[in-house]
Amino acid sequence: MSNIPEQLRYAASHEWIFVDGETGTVGITDHAQHELSDVVYVDPPKIGAKITAGTVAAVVESVKAASDIYSPVSGEVVGVNTDLVKHPELVNQDPFGAGWLYRLKLSAPAELDALQDAAAYKAQLEGQSPA
Amino acid sequence: MPVQYTGIIDEHKAVREAAGIFDISHMGEFFAGGVGALDFLNGLLTNDAAKLADGQGQYTLMLNESGGVIDDLILYRLDEQNFFLVVNASKIAEDRLWIEKHLPPQVHFVDKSARYAAVALQGPKALEIARTFFGAGWPEPKHNSITTYSWNCQKILTARTGYTGEDGIEIFFPNDVAENFFLALLEVGKPFGLKPCGLGARDTLRLEACLPLNGNDLSEKRTPLEAGLGFFVALTKEAVFPGKAVLQKQKSEGVKDKLIAFRVKEKGPPPRPHYPLFQGAVQVGEVTSGAPSPTLGYGIGLAYVQSSCAQPGTTLDLEVRGIRVPVEVVKKPFYKRVS
Repeated sequence: MSNIPEQLRYAASHEWIFVDGETGTVGITDHAQHELSDVVYVDPPKIGAKITAGTVAAVVESVKAASDIYSPVSGEVVGVNTDLVKHPELVNQDPFGAGWLYRLKLSAPAELDALQDAAAYKAQLEGQSPA
Repeated sequence: MPVQYTGIIDEHKAVREAAGIFDISHMGEFFAGGVGALDFLNGLLTNDAAKLADGQGQYTLMLNESGGVIDDLILYRLDEQNFFLVVNASKIAEDRLWIEKHLPPQVHFVDKSARYAAVALQGPKALEIARTFFGAGWPEPKHNSITTYSWNCQKILTARTGYTGEDGIEIFFPNDVAENFFLALLEVGKPFGLKPCGLGARDTLRLEACLPLNGNDLSEKRTPLEAGLGFFVALTKEAVFPGKAVLQKQKSEGVKDKLIAFRVKEKGPPPRPHYPLFQGAVQVGEVTSGAPSPTLGYGIGLAYVQSSCAQPGTTLDLEVRGIRVPVEVVKKPFYKRVS
């Protein structure tokens, strides 16, 4: 079973967000990295870009395919994980930590209410065929 | 066959360094026989089937009247009057229709795809594993050849072919023994480092070896000459196969586009099918296959480009999500085994 930390919020499309005040840190879940396997390249958003919830914010390339990453919330990008340029495999090794993708300043914090908590995301995964 | 078992890179490396086993039961198996079978096949397929001795196989293509590729396949001569064809899964129905459309009454043809399963055992340890598994009585096939063998009272076919760039064998047998066979072979191979491999690794392995994938690198709109497969087209044989006249004309006039191999020069995003290729402001081609190469560590791909840009050493720009990434045309294949 995938690791699903309690303190995060989850999108149905397998992104997570950690909120600290006005800032949210976004990454992909353990389940998502396992499905993608072997991440080899990450195309992050540009700092300063204004992103709308549910639109493509980044692209994660595995050996098999390029996968769009949808932003769980809206906001302005204030940071990207530059470690992934040299070490994209961090997305596989530590998806909830060193493998984070970008940070944004939330423009509509109420959107967080539409995301799932750990229990709901766990139920979503259990409803799918086993990874 | 799943996309992956333990991970694409892990499986890919197992095949390059030890061995991998692939469930290729989706492939199509056809049999053609009778007094006129050889002449029929020689008039349908591009390679010269008359050159085959008993037990030998050859890579060959089936074309439409415009010279476009319907399918690429391996043709084996089992004996003077019996031939075995292994075709692509996605083309079984189309191939069968095309063959039946041209079939003369004296040749019998049967599509046994639904009744046959197959596995590919590939890698530097593949033959050692096969010898251990089958035992001393197994007639080991030479490269591109096929032998018949009885395993658990079932007649099976073992061919020294593959789709990975490594030495290995492909084994064809009736469906009902498939699961037992796969598991038994995997068990015997484990001490040699054998791993089950999925479609993901199959694709990266064949791409490194520049083995074309029908539907990506081959299509009804591209001829084998454009695809760089002229070696498998016997234009000098007497038999007239569909598309032959078009190919003869294309050969004398030269091809407009060529299927080339290219690599990403710097650490950049991997190429993917349908990405455009540019020389300056002009689009000169389009990617048909692309992936990060697990063996080489950089992005590689195949693309049709204008013949003027096809020379190895030529630098082109790959467009990835609106950004230009420099790539270099290189000699095929990307990977060639040492032995």
